[in-house]
Amino acid sequence: MSVHEQFGEDLALHALGVLQGGERATLEKHLETCADCRGELEQLRGDMALMALSVAGPVPPGRARQRLMDAVAHEPRRTASSTQRSWWTFVPWVAAAALTVGLVVVWLQNSDLQREIAGLRNDSAQQSAELQRARDVVSTLTATDAMRVTLVAAKTPPQPQGKAIYVRDRSSLIFLASNLQPLPPEKAYELWLIPTSGAPIPAGVFKPDARGSATVVDPPLPAGVQAKAFAITAEPEGGSASPTMPILLIGAGE
Amino acid sequence: MAALYDRYSAVVYSVALRVLGDTGAAEDVLQEIFMQLWRNPGLFDSSRGSLGPWLAVIARHRAIDGLRKRRPETDIEDVVVSVEPDMAGDAERARAMEKVRGALGSMPSPQRQALEMAYFDGLSHSEISAKTGEPLGTIKTRIRSGLLTLRKVFAA
Repeated sequence: MSVHEQFGEDLALHALGVLQGGERATLEKHLETCADCRGELEQLRGDMALMALSVAGPVPPGRARQRLMDAVAHEPRRTASSTQRSWWTFVPWVAAAALTVGLVVVWLQNSDLQREIAGLRNDSAQQSAELQRARDVVSTLTATDAMRVTLVAAKTPPQPQGKAIYVRDRSSLIFLASNLQPLPPEKAYELWLIPTSGAPIPAGVFKPDARGSATVVDPPLPAGVQAKAFAITAEPEGGSASPTMPILLIGAGE
Repeated sequence: MAALYDRYSAVVYSVALRVLGDTGAAEDVLQEIFMQLWRNPGLFDSSRGSLGPWLAVIARHRAIDGLRKRRPETDIEDVVVSVEPDMAGDAERARAMEKVRGALGSMPSPQRQALEMAYFDGLSHSEISAKTGEPLGTIKTRIRSGLLTLRKVFAA
């Protein structure tokens, strides 16, 4: 056994129970990791036991034996299973129980989160699908290469036409026109929202393509205006604040 | 319990009496230690030493606690004692006693004094140094080498 010599004297004092303060703390910390010094401490206690023999001789009076036997008779011996335990004996069990409860709580929370994430993913997928459908609709309606066909009575020559789709709550407007007459370069068509009361409101300036088709999507509009009708006029290229007569196309809501 | 008492009570009582200098107080220590052992036999772990030396060490600790009017400082479950003999038999104990006394008798007086003050009076090395006027380091060395001397007597 190789005892750390620097602790040799302190080990002897510790065995005698007289080491105090920082020296004791330092030694106890060392003993936690040094089996040799723990072994030496046990040896030193053995030396102390030998020291006790130096005073051996006196024997306790007979009454001491009787006193002990009486006390023993009045106090049932504990079985191993009911051995008194210090509170800290239960610490590992309490810690294990706490850990188990903690794990269950975490697991439940995790399950809740998983469900929430799954729900959000589902919502997100639905919203993405709806958004894609809306985009597809708008794309089809507004595509410059779309074939736009207006069906009329047979043998009727093509007529200029416009279709306005307006949602008041969202102030959203889609306008599709076909068979429009070409305009001089300094002129453009202007769409008007004619409210139930008040002056017509500009709803977008546009020029038709070579086939006479045009679209206006979500022009800036005041919120929540009740529309009575929509109309088209020919205006200067930059648009006008109020319509210039005549009205080329007009339609009222159904 | 009666058998254990008959075998080891003299060791416990004599060391308690030497420390406390009072038969009544020594009997109290005796009673306390054997009752503790009765209530909780698991206190002593036979795989880690013999009962006799263990009882001697515990008796000394408890007696010093009583002498200094302090709460028990040593948790007796933690005390492991490694020594032979077991001190159980009268003849064995008598031989061991003779050896120890011989060893103490052959020690230089200051060394024996330091060891006895630490062991029987429970004085710290600082207190012994203050009482004897000897340097602290010297007292520490004397205590340790005194215990090692006893060990050598039995190792021989």
